Amino acid sequence: MDTLLKSPMIKKMSSLHFVIAILFISTLYVTVCNLFFAEGSAMHVSNYTVSLLGKYLCYALLALAVDLVWGYCGILSLGHGAFFALGGYAMGMYLMRQIGDRGVYGNPELPDFMVFLNWTELPWYWAGSDNALVMILLVFAGPGLLAYIFGTLAFRSRVSGVYLSIMTQAMTYALLLSFFRNEMGFGGNNGLTDFKELFGFSLQSPTTKLALFVATAVVLAIGYGISHFIVNSKMGRVVTAIRDAESRVRFVGYKPEHYKVWIFVVSAMLAGVAGALYVPQVGIINPGEFSPLNSIEIVIWVAIGGRGTLYGALVGAIVVSYAKTRFTAIMPEAWLFGLGGLFVLVTLLLPKGLAGLVTNLMDKLDPPSKDKQSESDASVKNPVAENK
Amino acid sequence: MLRLFPFLFFFVLSLPVFSAENDAQGESELTTLVGQLPSTKLNKMSTLIEKIADTSAPQVRAILEPLIAGDLYYLKSNKQVVSVFKNSDNQYQLTDVLNAQALPTVSKSAIKKVRTNNRLRGQIRDLLANLDLSSEQAEVRISALKLLLDKPNQAGITAVNKLIKTEQDSEARDLMSAIMLVEQLENGNDAEKLSAAKQLSSRLEPSVKNALVSELQKIPASQQGGPLKTELTNAVEDIEQQISVFKLAENLFFGLSLGSVLLLAAIGLAITFGVMGVINMAHGEMMMLGAYTTYVIQQTFPSLIEYSLLMAVPAAFLVSGFVGILIERGVIRFLKGRPLETLLATFGISLILQQLVRTVFSPLNRQVEAPLWMSGSLEINPVLSLTYNRLYIIIFSLMVFFSLLMILKRSSLGLHVRAVSQNRDMARALSVKSSWVDAITFGLGSGIAGVAGVALSQLTNVGPNLGQAYIIDSFLVVVFGGVGNLWGTLVAAMTMGTFNKVLEPSMGPVLANIIVLVSLVLFIQKRPKGLFPQKGRAAE
Repeated sequence: MDTLLKSPMIKKMSSLHFVIAILFISTLYVTVCNLFFAEGSAMHVSNYTVSLLGKYLCYALLALAVDLVWGYCGILSLGHGAFFALGGYAMGMYLMRQIGDRGVYGNPELPDFMVFLNWTELPWYWAGSDNALVMILLVFAGPGLLAYIFGTLAFRSRVSGVYLSIMTQAMTYALLLSFFRNEMGFGGNNGLTDFKELFGFSLQSPTTKLALFVATAVVLAIGYGISHFIVNSKMGRVVTAIRDAESRVRFVGYKPEHYKVWIFVVSAMLAGVAGALYVPQVGIINPGEFSPLNSIEIVIWVAIGGRGTLYGALVGAIVVSYAKTRFTAIMPEAWLFGLGGLFVLVTLLLPKGLAGLVTNLMDKLDPPSKDKQSESDASVKNPVAENK
Repeated sequence: MLRLFPFLFFFVLSLPVFSAENDAQGESELTTLVGQLPSTKLNKMSTLIEKIADTSAPQVRAILEPLIAGDLYYLKSNKQVVSVFKNSDNQYQLTDVLNAQALPTVSKSAIKKVRTNNRLRGQIRDLLANLDLSSEQAEVRISALKLLLDKPNQAGITAVNKLIKTEQDSEARDLMSAIMLVEQLENGNDAEKLSAAKQLSSRLEPSVKNALVSELQKIPASQQGGPLKTELTNAVEDIEQQISVFKLAENLFFGLSLGSVLLLAAIGLAITFGVMGVINMAHGEMMMLGAYTTYVIQQTFPSLIEYSLLMAVPAAFLVSGFVGILIERGVIRFLKGRPLETLLATFGISLILQQLVRTVFSPLNRQVEAPLWMSGSLEINPVLSLTYNRLYIIIFSLMVFFSLLMILKRSSLGLHVRAVSQNRDMARALSVKSSWVDAITFGLGSGIAGVAGVALSQLTNVGPNLGQAYIIDSFLVVVFGGVGNLWGTLVAAMTMGTFNKVLEPSMGPVLANIIVLVSLVLFIQKRPKGLFPQKGRAAE
């Protein structure tokens, strides 16, 4: 272990290569084991596991989006679930239209719930929803636009810190309430479900599920690449600077609100894409995704993984989601105790999350030079000191 | 003629005596009428029942009430009419309806039911109501009069016509005159109609309005003007205007009561978040604990429901306050100066507390009883009535608010709290134990949340999610009012509540809620420091 970590190859690899390599290897492994090993074989990966993993990867992408704004820009968004759900609804609308006349009421134009509500035609915002290109555009534009409007309003008037967090929570809560209404035209309480096919492939077939899993992995890798590029670009440096000393950035001559809006929109789009990939894999999207609890759960993924590291977000999302799956199966009662306990313990004992643990471990094995350590400390230390 | 006067005088004086004689006569008449009950066919029953009621004998009620309930039978053997009560041993206890004598129990086969149908039951109900018109108790009379005003019938109106002269109670007389006026409006000549319409324009009862409207519709549309038509139109407009004013008043009342709920929910937060600057996401759960304390107290002392709320207020304060101090000592003090981490950690605590309640009690909602003095409503007029529980909660929230204000402004604890929140170092230098003050302040805020929970237990379901429903709203109230400003919290809560309820009738509760949320978010973006921002160096 010791020699492996110290080997020159590992040291030369940046976290980007590392993450993409791990993603690639595990995706390949799952694909091969799912396709080429018979059921019952020790190497076989079941279809259930595949779609479960696909779900985790969506969560990972979502966590990545939150890490981008929270870890690098100090914006604690308690409303990222809203962007996720909006992306999901964009995909859901498309899938709904793909059902065509195979619905219960057999109406080729209107989704079942609209027939049920005695609507005679599609609302204007459903126009073009049967077009895949429009859908993809919506997946980006829906969350992006909301983030742009919200961000512009909030950041221009310099709302920050806890106020911003509570406002993002209010935003997702307001959306939750609105999407519960039938008049909204998104299926109300039940949301959108009963999907049949995506791009002409049946959503029930194991091959489609595997393909969706692989697609999610690829999108996650791309998303990771983009985020990595952003945080290491000049813009990313400014964003990090805003996190650590917003006023100083402003005095130097930058406009922090522009950078904040920009990173917020990118992050919202990533979350939207995650939602769009999530919906065909779980087969339903309903207003529950807007609930403030969901959004806050994302934050805990990032906190546990270690914010401001990007890869920590992925690790956190996958580890916590896996724990949730296991816990809720074994003793559903205990899950909320566990989740609540995680919140408390991580904030008290592990402020840098799992990634912080790993860094500490690496540092112990290979202590960096003095000035380098202080620099890395400064970047994580108290990113919100100014946001009182 | 003149010689007749003394005779008449005598006649009037002897009326009671005469009517006693009349009673005896009525008695025998009643006996014959009741005797006909078993043999009368259903289509003749209506007249028979009317005749029975017309005798106005004291037994009428004892006959008609069982008849509605289906408890009026007759003995097959001698056609004696009896009311039947089935006791716990499945035996039939019989009572003679005429002399109220208990008869020996018999088996089911010995008796037969006097038949009725729904139309008859409706008629009987009206007749019984008319009997109430001459009741001894004013309340019974008034409720009977209200019923009559809603569903006028000829017998009732004739009775009212007689009774109006002797009525003592002013409210009852008022109602009687309304009934007479409506009657006049419907059946009088044009001049009578005109004066009736004029006098009725100040009444708010829906049936009066309906009578006016239907009278207005009787006038053909082609007919131009006419004093009656103008008068009627004016009266209807008058009434509608008054009703809309009272509806607005009712909405304002609802708004204030919602506002006071928000105030109760937010006021503890105004201490922990506003004064101390601690983001406590578990604040809602402190309210939940208070509500559950009420539940536990009611379970422990089931015989003292009337006093349960009075006991629950201090108990909830102690329970929630104690938990609050535990949280402060155990978690929050380690996270000083890291608001986002505090937010996350307290959110974790809220999850734990919710699950704790789920495990200990049940995931289902618990039933908290309302004491008698909380139920019912204060009826101001037919349109506007204020429910007591909302009224009490408005008063209670103001009491809590002002006592908290007194604690902060007048007590030494309040002085320390303000000192620590304004300048911690300087306060410590002046030997204020800042960490102790922190714990006590947090306990105070949490305890008040617990007290709010007692009030909420009377309004909403007591379940594990009780607190979550209020947490976002209460944060918005505190931020809207201006952090650290108790008066701001009061104004903000009342504004939000009223705004919400005034919007509600036109756009439904959910949309109103959303609009309030969105406009608040916009407002905060315009004025991030709230309605009443703190001024001075301490605020920066």
